[in-house]
Amino acid sequence: MLARIQVGLKPAFRDSFGETTASRIKNDLGLPVDSVRTIKVFTVEADITDDQLLAAAQGPYCDPVTQDYSLGPLALDWHYDFDWLIEVGFRPGVTDNEGRTAAQALELMLGRKLASHEAVYTSTQFLMCGSLSQEEAETIAKKALANELIQRFTIISHADFVKEGGLKPYAAKVVSETKAVVDEVDLDVSDEELLRISRDGVLALTLDEMTFIRSYLAQPEVVEQRRAHNLSTKVTDVELEALAQTWSEHCKHKIFSGNIEYHDLDAGTVEKVESLFDSYIRTPTAEIRKRMGDKDWCLSVFKDNAGVISFDNEWNVVFKVETHNSPSALDPYGGALTGIVGVNRDPFGTGMGAKLLCNTNMFCFATPFYDKEIPARLLHPKRIQEGVREGVEHGGNKSGIPTVNGSLYFDDRFAGKPLVFCGTVGIMPKEINGKPSHEKMALPGDLIVMTGGRIGKDGIHGATFSSEELNENSPATAVQIGDPITQKKMFDCLIKARDMGLYRCITDNGAGGLSSSVGEMAEFTGGFELHLDRAPLKYAGLQPWEIFLSEAQERMTLAVPPEKIDGFMALCRKMDVEATLLGTFTDSGKFHCLYDGKTVAFMDMDFVYKALPPMEMVAKWQQKSFAEPQLPAVPDLADELKKLLASLNICSKEYVVRQYDHEVQGISVVKPLTGVANDGPSDAAVVRPLFDSFAGLVISHGVCPRYSDIDTYHMTACAIDEAVRNAISVGGSLERMAGLDNFCWCDPIQSDKTPDGHYKLAQLVRANRALAHYAKAYGVPPISGKDSMKNDYMMEGTKISIPPTLLFSVMAKIDDVRKAVTMDAKRAGDVVYVLGTTYAELGASEYAVLHGGLGNAVPKVREADSLPRYRALEQAIKAGLVASCHDCSDGGLGVALAETAFSGNLGMDLDLRQAPRHDIHRDDVLLFSESQSRFVVTVPADKAAAFEAVMADTGLGRLGTVTAETILQATGLGGAPVLRADLAELKQAWQATLAF
Amino acid sequence: MANKVKAIVITGYGTNCENEMAQACRLGGADQVDIAHVSELLHGEYRLDDYHFLNLPGGFLDGDDLGAGQAGAHRFRHAAIVGSDEKLQDQLLRFINDGKLILGVCNGFQLMVKMGLLPGFDRCYTDRQVSLTYNDSGRFEDRWVNLAVDSASPCVFTKGLTHLYYPIRHGEGKFVARDDATMQQVLANRLVALRYIDPATLEPTTEYPYNPNGSPDGIAGICDPSGRLFGLMPHPEAFLHRVNHPRWTREELPDEGQGVALFRNAVDFIRTNL
Repeated sequence: MLARIQVGLKPAFRDSFGETTASRIKNDLGLPVDSVRTIKVFTVEADITDDQLLAAAQGPYCDPVTQDYSLGPLALDWHYDFDWLIEVGFRPGVTDNEGRTAAQALELMLGRKLASHEAVYTSTQFLMCGSLSQEEAETIAKKALANELIQRFTIISHADFVKEGGLKPYAAKVVSETKAVVDEVDLDVSDEELLRISRDGVLALTLDEMTFIRSYLAQPEVVEQRRAHNLSTKVTDVELEALAQTWSEHCKHKIFSGNIEYHDLDAGTVEKVESLFDSYIRTPTAEIRKRMGDKDWCLSVFKDNAGVISFDNEWNVVFKVETHNSPSALDPYGGALTGIVGVNRDPFGTGMGAKLLCNTNMFCFATPFYDKEIPARLLHPKRIQEGVREGVEHGGNKSGIPTVNGSLYFDDRFAGKPLVFCGTVGIMPKEINGKPSHEKMALPGDLIVMTGGRIGKDGIHGATFSSEELNENSPATAVQIGDPITQKKMFDCLIKARDMGLYRCITDNGAGGLSSSVGEMAEFTGGFELHLDRAPLKYAGLQPWEIFLSEAQERMTLAVPPEKIDGFMALCRKMDVEATLLGTFTDSGKFHCLYDGKTVAFMDMDFVYKALPPMEMVAKWQQKSFAEPQLPAVPDLADELKKLLASLNICSKEYVVRQYDHEVQGISVVKPLTGVANDGPSDAAVVRPLFDSFAGLVISHGVCPRYSDIDTYHMTACAIDEAVRNAISVGGSLERMAGLDNFCWCDPIQSDKTPDGHYKLAQLVRANRALAHYAKAYGVPPISGKDSMKNDYMMEGTKISIPPTLLFSVMAKIDDVRKAVTMDAKRAGDVVYVLGTTYAELGASEYAVLHGGLGNAVPKVREADSLPRYRALEQAIKAGLVASCHDCSDGGLGVALAETAFSGNLGMDLDLRQAPRHDIHRDDVLLFSESQSRFVVTVPADKAAAFEAVMADTGLGRLGTVTAETILQATGLGGAPVLRADLAELKQAWQATLAF
Repeated sequence: MANKVKAIVITGYGTNCENEMAQACRLGGADQVDIAHVSELLHGEYRLDDYHFLNLPGGFLDGDDLGAGQAGAHRFRHAAIVGSDEKLQDQLLRFINDGKLILGVCNGFQLMVKMGLLPGFDRCYTDRQVSLTYNDSGRFEDRWVNLAVDSASPCVFTKGLTHLYYPIRHGEGKFVARDDATMQQVLANRLVALRYIDPATLEPTTEYPYNPNGSPDGIAGICDPSGRLFGLMPHPEAFLHRVNHPRWTREELPDEGQGVALFRNAVDFIRTNL
């Protein structure tokens, strides 16, 4: 039968989902909606009786205390007098997590598994009251309720709904009659034709790469080997798609591994760079490790899914940060959800597998108050922001992983592409079954097993904007929606399998799906044989190449020794986790896929993974110059401070933080919100991973995209410095601090589309040079990272490129979490210090932008000054001398002082003349310059002498004292009072902007 | 008298607070603490009969799809132990009849009310009479709350305690009864062992954010008339050491977190009575 069960909160109960939907429509779209009530619809397509349907409605699908159910239209049962009803459901093939849970509940009730033609689909009815036209109802459906890429909607007026007796049931089923076909593509064609094949197939292969494939296929021994497997001289679609995926910028990082001719037009010099990655990332880490000698605590860097360092004598910690930008632009919720549950699989698929400890995230958006016209196919920034926030909320919270650290950054150039960085830290015992946990190795003869979710067309060619309209029964392939519960069930099972020694090697299925997970692991053995027809599918009709490339989520690939396979499969069965044997790792040297026993791909492993020649690129650097800001002649400093506190990049992000569980697992020590009212902004997170030890981990990050406008070298230096000083602020140690670099760039390859590609590539080179320099200077080795190089929007002649962005994330050790320090002022009478010299560095600062000019004096990092300061401060914190410590970043010293004061609800009486400074003659420049490597510290009066002794010669200024009176006041450089601000007003300004 | 107090912590299908819940049991003095996956219960590898203290930790059973705890309650009711006709629910009811203790936190509390374990009037533990629904704010929140214990409540877990400070982390925590009579009966029997209070007045409150979900009368946790079954939305297992407290860097606090007390009460009760 095909039937609908409708469930809604009883009319006497508040429908808070409906209420927030109504206020969203009113506030964001300005349309006159008086109220919204919601009804959940379960569309059941199954061979069941009417009694069984009723039992499902009364049992698992409805809470009899709070909800009504109906097998007919519930809205009519209620006699609910709405004006419009909009029903929103998923398009065929889109992951419907609640539908899956509903189907499992039905199976449990029936005592049998559902057949392939049986399923449960969910949709939601929004019953709206308000005088709206049909057109306005459509606007609401499109702009507030449904994302047409993945969802469909029906709009019906109250009169029509009554007349027709409700809506007809509709099953969002993938209808597909296709038979499995392997196409062969003839590459013996003209250059134009080769490019057309690449473009039409969304392959993103260059002409050089296409001809490279052609010449490989023409080699006599290749022809002969392929003929033996009944393959012609043409390339199969399975092979071509796999090569396109493997050689994509996303997977191969061709820009980071290519050759660059770097022209410095200012200096008139030309230099050659062979691989940015080798020169500026891998080499510095190697040098730092060498310097540490036998104290080297790095265990696995840049070779696995995540970086691994030693935590203590028994445990290792693992960290990875990923981006999921394009999918989040298309479907913010699904894209971000997939981003977080996707990066979870990286630590889980590192070494023998790590237990997941905490998440981090960093988002870059355009302003949520964007009031210009939105370019075609883009969503409003606020909708993106809310969708991303909610996706990460569901992904993190439902996986039981605390979100301990994060931030938001706003710049309108992120309207074209938001950046969604998601990170996960994991922990694993140093040894598992007597072997080092951070190493893994598949052996020839090991079996290829895939676990977790099934394969659909999800995410095929996912990262590409598809220009094709989706039709009613075609699966939405561009976007995946993560399923945290299926993944958690799989992790619960695989961690047991790990400890029982049931597998030898593990990796995740992310970009490229099986083609990359199996391919990567096969590099250990030198080949594989994979039977694509054996893979479990969500629905029929997938072509072999689609099975191979699908980016369907929640899947791990494992190498299981033959003698362990029975035990492995039995464990998975017991724990309700799907596991399928797909083939064998071999030492044949061949990349070999079969379908129904016939070979559909047969290539040399070396050709696929090693043979591609490096890309040749040109970079040209010339320093740009910008107008200086027009600073007010006599600034009202209290007012300027309030404006800065209220700016998007400085204001409180509490509304986001509160909706993320930051305490699950019971490990939180320094939480994202701190202070007397639990609402001050922490600099970094401290977690205590083990119940039997007080050793802790510090997690922090730095990011400052706007500095890139002046010079990406200093942007990178400042991002690294910010991450490091945030970690130092809470008590992290430079003795064991590792970094992760995540580059998000705009396309840096010169072309018609990108006429400034040479400059953008030079920006990339400079960023990498800074990374190498400052990583070595601080002794903070990068251990893992990722790049995403095409963050541009191009549609109908409009191009929006993001500002080049480096997120630098840090993981550091703190020996005893009981020594950790938070940023809030603690007691009246404590002494207030600023650590570090302030320079006249307003370039690209918040204050400069507030006054209409970028300026040119971008902050610089002076490691000769900062490093001794960091080391001394670490000792002072360890010695218990510090009451509070807060780093100076966006908005400078002024903002750091204000935040320290209002987070402790304690005032300050300060003398700005005591601040160490260089060439500064204005109070506003001293307060709002964004010079790096500075802190505001408060110290109990009886410890001030000891503190000053520890910090001697590191640029210390004793600014004044903490007061009980809740006023922030300061004497200026001229000796007169220049600032007097009420803390409540400052805090109000800081909290009001994003009080969503 | 139990010479060895045995606690079991259930996990699987989206539960995620099992480790800190087990640690809380250990700190509370339990002699044996086992974490058991639902699949292992269903395969007979663990049996509730072998334990005194059942812990249903927080998390997102089945992703909160169909409503928090809804699918999980359905599983307890229908899933049979492999190779037998015994349902998980049969073990559970036997466990209750044996006078043993059950603690449900957050998603575990939601699971208990949806199974009908609470409020358990007239020793009926299978009929749903109360529920936990969406917060008035319409959103999930992580926030520390002040709580007051009703000293006249029969609750075994809160004996001797007065005020507590724990975090809540939920989107569906507003307590509702199926009718006024049920609500009155819950109140009259002093089953509301724990209430959200205004930290200034120390009085129960429905005011946000002190009461994070709009629960009537500040209801944060209820027990059954025997006091042996207790469910609460706040997370005691999240506060096991002073460094878990959001203001430990500015307040003088004892090393032991306030969450341990509930578990110690449970263990002491078992040692004396079972």
